[in-house]
Amino acid sequence: MEEGMKEIKCIVWDLDNTIWEGTLAEADDVKLKPGIIKVIEELDRRGILHSISSKNNYDLAMKKLNEFDIGKYFLYPEVHWNAKSLAIQKIIENLNINVDTILFIDDQEFEREEVKSVHPTISCLDSKYYQTLLTHPRLNPKFITEDSYKRRIRYLEDMKRKKEEATYEGPKEEFLAALKMKFTISEAKEQDLRRLEELTYRTNQLNSTGNIYSYEDLKEYMESDSHQLIVCELSDKYGSYGKIGLALLKKTSEYWEIMQLLMSCRVMSRGVGTVLLTYIIQQAKKSNVLLRAKFRPTDRNRIMYITYGFSNFKETKVNSDGTVVLSNDLSVINSYPSYIDVQEVINKESKHLFI
Amino acid sequence: MESIQEIEKTVRSFLEENMIFYERENSLDNDDNIFELGFVDSMFALSLVTFIENNFEIKVESEDLQISNFSSINNITNFIQNKRQSRVIE
Repeated sequence: MEEGMKEIKCIVWDLDNTIWEGTLAEADDVKLKPGIIKVIEELDRRGILHSISSKNNYDLAMKKLNEFDIGKYFLYPEVHWNAKSLAIQKIIENLNINVDTILFIDDQEFEREEVKSVHPTISCLDSKYYQTLLTHPRLNPKFITEDSYKRRIRYLEDMKRKKEEATYEGPKEEFLAALKMKFTISEAKEQDLRRLEELTYRTNQLNSTGNIYSYEDLKEYMESDSHQLIVCELSDKYGSYGKIGLALLKKTSEYWEIMQLLMSCRVMSRGVGTVLLTYIIQQAKKSNVLLRAKFRPTDRNRIMYITYGFSNFKETKVNSDGTVVLSNDLSVINSYPSYIDVQEVINKESKHLFI
Repeated sequence: MESIQEIEKTVRSFLEENMIFYERENSLDNDDNIFELGFVDSMFALSLVTFIENNFEIKVESEDLQISNFSSINNITNFIQNKRQSRVIE
């Protein structure tokens, strides 16, 4: 995708004369801009997040948004008198997204210029054009899946987790155990494929090759007798993170090859990064086959190489295309961490006759 | 350059602060296998490697990323020692 043409992941809204007509500090009876709720709700449905940067009194502004019944749509609102560039910085840190996927909407040219001077790759829009948002190509994502329109809920659950983690003073193991995490490993089904396609686009760090797979590619592998497409889902006491990882295996009677392995960055701090790999190693041992993995180093995925190394994979071949082959002699089999309940829902009578 | 004892002490305090232990009451012996004792997940693995590189000014190469180099306080200490010595020879 071209620079500056990335899909927008979050809109940061000003309030006075942007979301509503008038200035809240001067008069309490501000009115919503016509049709603004429809715009916000539709973008939310598409999986685009909303946040706020407004120079106002925090409590009064949030009270007003809740009166309009739209407060729930805004994640990590920044309402204070500091520079808006600083507000943007905090929002991207809290959401863990790149600034070039943010659209900042404000009626004042001064604010847009100030933000742009600190964050040159951000996109800005004069709020008088808010009615054009729904048709803008960068606000019409390639993927609208079940996972997209739950995205805001996931972030809200994440805010609760972060708050609890920050106030928790006991050992980390107990905190993780208290989350009651459940990690489900299953065969991919057709309704998972959009989300898996999206994962291959969005995941950079725990990603073994950086290869992008289309819906059609994935469907072919899912139906192939000599491949297996495994998907995993994570949930905890706050809710589900959705489908957060995949593994694509090539299977023959002598060896299995992990063609692709990836795990969403959203769950990296939850200690689940190695669970899927451990599962595959255990199964290969049971099936008495050789196990190897394809790896392509990128500038972001060293963590995946280390994960393979610490799961006893060793580099055995360097291909001319820059990929390497890692092999596992299955002499070391790790167990799952005690604080994660791992459910293996793989149909034993599946098409994989070689097993 | 730090002595072996100093390296050992630095490595131990890093592990004790950052590892998620199954059984916390047990203190860590120099030969305890941390891969068996606690769960070494991706985040921990990355932070351990980064810590060793920054703190001891060595570069962990692909061929170094083997369990045997990182599986206990003693092994990590030896690994750091060896890396530093080979650097001096160069």
